[in-house]
Amino acid sequence: MTEKVTPEAHAAYQRIHASPEFARLQSGYLRFVVPTTVGFMLWYLLYVVCSNWAPGFMGTKVVGNINVALVFGLLQFITTFAIAWVYAKYSARAMDPIADALNEEFEKEINR
Amino acid sequence: MSALLTSGDVLSAASDTNDHQALTATLFVLVVLLTVGITFWASRNTKTAADYYAGGRSFSGVQNGFAIGGDYMSAASFLGISGAIALSGYDGFLYSIGFLVAWLVALLLVAELLRNSGRFTMADQLAYRMRQKPVRTAAATSTIVVSIFYLLAQMVGAGALVSLLLGVDSQTAKNLTIVAVGILMIFYVVFGGMKGTTWVQIVKAVLLMFGTLLISILVLAKFGFNVSDLLGTAAENSGKGSAFLEPGLKYGATTTSKIDFLSLGIALVLGTAGLPHILVRFYTVPTARQARQSVLWAIGIIGTFYLLTLVLGFGAAALVKGDAKDRIVESGGNLASPLLAEAVGGGPGTTGGAVLLALISAVAFATILAVVAGLTLTSASSVAHDLYANVWNKQADVTGAQEVKVARIAAFVIGGVAIALAIPGQSLNVAFLVALAFAVAASANLPALLYNLFWKRFNTRGAVWSIYGGLISSVGLVIFSPIVSGKGLDPTGKNLSLLPTSIDISWFPLENPGIVSIPLGFFLGWLGTVTSKERTSEERFPELEVRSLTGAGSEK
Repeated sequence: MTEKVTPEAHAAYQRIHASPEFARLQSGYLRFVVPTTVGFMLWYLLYVVCSNWAPGFMGTKVVGNINVALVFGLLQFITTFAIAWVYAKYSARAMDPIADALNEEFEKEINR
Repeated sequence: MSALLTSGDVLSAASDTNDHQALTATLFVLVVLLTVGITFWASRNTKTAADYYAGGRSFSGVQNGFAIGGDYMSAASFLGISGAIALSGYDGFLYSIGFLVAWLVALLLVAELLRNSGRFTMADQLAYRMRQKPVRTAAATSTIVVSIFYLLAQMVGAGALVSLLLGVDSQTAKNLTIVAVGILMIFYVVFGGMKGTTWVQIVKAVLLMFGTLLISILVLAKFGFNVSDLLGTAAENSGKGSAFLEPGLKYGATTTSKIDFLSLGIALVLGTAGLPHILVRFYTVPTARQARQSVLWAIGIIGTFYLLTLVLGFGAAALVKGDAKDRIVESGGNLASPLLAEAVGGGPGTTGGAVLLALISAVAFATILAVVAGLTLTSASSVAHDLYANVWNKQADVTGAQEVKVARIAAFVIGGVAIALAIPGQSLNVAFLVALAFAVAASANLPALLYNLFWKRFNTRGAVWSIYGGLISSVGLVIFSPIVSGKGLDPTGKNLSLLPTSIDISWFPLENPGIVSIPLGFFLGWLGTVTSKERTSEERFPELEVRSLTGAGSEK
């Protein structure tokens, strides 16, 4: 037994799902999150692997007592902040307007 | 509460030589009074089921971002990571990075979609297109197991910590602390529901950020804000030289320990977005956009906090000396931040030192309270909303009021169970339970959530197999790991495993099961799906896609 949805809502969901706007929203979302997720996962795993198996490289001094390990770790912070910021900008520009329009259509359709 | 006051009296009476312990006890009582006040206020504004489970979905992104920070930055992060850095140098920092990067999974793949497609619990989102009873039972089981593991680690930690901070090392004081923390968390959850819990977490996050920032600035000021000098002094005073600033001191010993660390790293980065007490926080905001804002704020707060723990950890290694340094080692690192606060305030015996030590101790106490409240609420909600209302109940419809009543009873039971397990659990080393909770979340919950959102064919059997498979394999592997048996004694004669040394059932070499159990969870989700003939879940998938991406028809 799954959650119940009214026939009107069901029809509205089906119609929106078939619309080109929804296809644009979905591909816009996936185009951002799939490569980004693969990218930051590999970047993070590279860091873990280097910490484990590349001690010489990680121990190289950069400036004073600051070594590659510390810089690499801080870069993980910076990329995390940067990806979050870019996603915020991207989603507000490329996704939110389409989602709002579709949501509005849905409300109109089921309240008719 | 009376238990806490009594234990406070006992403790402060026993330590008349030290001013800071009286001051610490006073600040603890203030934290308790403040949070109890918040809970009373919140209880007057909690009427419907949506109020109780989701704070009426009325929090803003900023508020929820702070609450997520308050829910996530546990004592394990605050005291554990700075302590690990103080003792093992750079390797302590590795945790912070996994804990932070993990938030990108939550931001990009989970937060908004979950907000749009669920109602109150993690299971709601699965139940949208699956057969309710099996998936809700599985999701509730995993929710409760993860939360209880996490809860136990926090409560045992609280017992040890409070007695250390108040300077009384008696078993009675520790037991009383555990009982008091348990009673407080039951109180917050029963009366305050999600509103009370959220405000407790917000207040805690503000206190924690303030305390951490203050101590960090004081530490950096000692080195003229020259980070290189701080690191150099930390390396020198650690007695380990430049190795202290490089990875490998803790995890680099053998190939097994390196693979163990890789396994931990994977569990940390994938576990966060499957932790039930984090997932339910996304339901407390009105829209998916606010859920996104929450995570953005959380990333900013949590990231800043972990950067500061680096300063605290290396600061403790550099600045805490003599007896205080021995106490950090004895506490396994947990006292690094409080004793660092004492050192930068002027050192032991000074007023400044006593004030800052008391302040940081109170922050640590608030941290524990906020986290255990969130965990108890999440389990109680799952019992009431998933099990009682949708699995056990034979009647057609359960009203919101009935559900909330059951949730309150469940909070009592879960709190009671947690107290009952935490008291005997003190004699065991339960710190591994936090890492295990992340491993279970990543192995059992995340595969089901992601498949459900992104794979049309996914169905009931796939969900059930991935949840139980991930849960049983991660817990099972730990049972046969060196954590439970077979590690032997350390040089001082202390047993390193949970079971007596005469019993050795270990065959799995790693302490962190994630590297095996996470792929297994994903594999079983796939296998269960393709061996099942169920097709109804596919029919509902377009609806779920539209709803999760646009928010059309989502819970208001």
